[in-house]
Amino acid sequence: MTSAPATETAESADVDVAADPPWVTVVWNDPVNLMSYVTYVFIKLLGHSKTQAEKLMYDVHHKGRAAVSNGSREQMEVDVAKLQGAGLWATLQKDS
Amino acid sequence: MHGFRRRRGLLVANFEALEAGLIADLVDQVRTMLSHRRAEAPDDPLTDLTGIQTAPSTPPEDPAIARLLPDFHRDDEQLSSGLRVLHEPDLIAAKDQAAVALLDSLPLGGGTVKLSEEVAQQWLSAINDVRLALGVRLDIREDDGEPDLDRPEMEGVGSQMFQAYGWLSAIQDSLVNALMD
Repeated sequence: MTSAPATETAESADVDVAADPPWVTVVWNDPVNLMSYVTYVFIKLLGHSKTQAEKLMYDVHHKGRAAVSNGSREQMEVDVAKLQGAGLWATLQKDS
Repeated sequence: MHGFRRRRGLLVANFEALEAGLIADLVDQVRTMLSHRRAEAPDDPLTDLTGIQTAPSTPPEDPAIARLLPDFHRDDEQLSSGLRVLHEPDLIAAKDQAAVALLDSLPLGGGTVKLSEEVAQQWLSAINDVRLALGVRLDIREDDGEPDLDRPEMEGVGSQMFQAYGWLSAIQDSLVNALMD
């Protein structure tokens, strides 16, 4: 893990080095999936801790969506397929 | 049926014959829906050569099946089409596998169900798929929303369907909680 750059390096930070921005897997709120089940799926299929899984579940519930994993597009395809397999409404998108 | 409990490492519950019959029937209906979708797959000669199955590039027309097999991207139709062709066959296979695992471990005459964690996870997926399909048929649109059960499309079975939906929700919740115990 790294820390945010200090303000004096802001100019160089404007250079676009992220030519290939990472992708995220997003889970959307839906009225059928149970809160307990969504938490369980985040733990089992994405390897999140219980605390992290519950936080993400509440984000989905209250904000309508949450980014639950990030990485290459191929990795996100795998995650979306896993989550859809479990019945969650998951999509992938470029991280903005 | 008093919900699942963990007993000596297994997930255990009792089902009456009627209850077991209802679950089996609903799971079977979802299997049939998915097999119809699988039959829509294009007849690709490459499949015979490579063994790689592909799916149609467009979402299922039936909203219940579409809910089970959503797009991979919210806005990018082209990307969604490409990923659907690639991933949908495996998704259908996984859902079918979960349904079969449930049906294989459910005594049709009723009785005690004892599941390993692995099979219990398959149960969760299979029951969830049934609930998602029922949710679409019942037109449940809001969290904790009460659907209009007397709509003509419900053909008089709305309240029965909603009861089954609520009952399956309770079973699923008890199984999740027993697994996380």
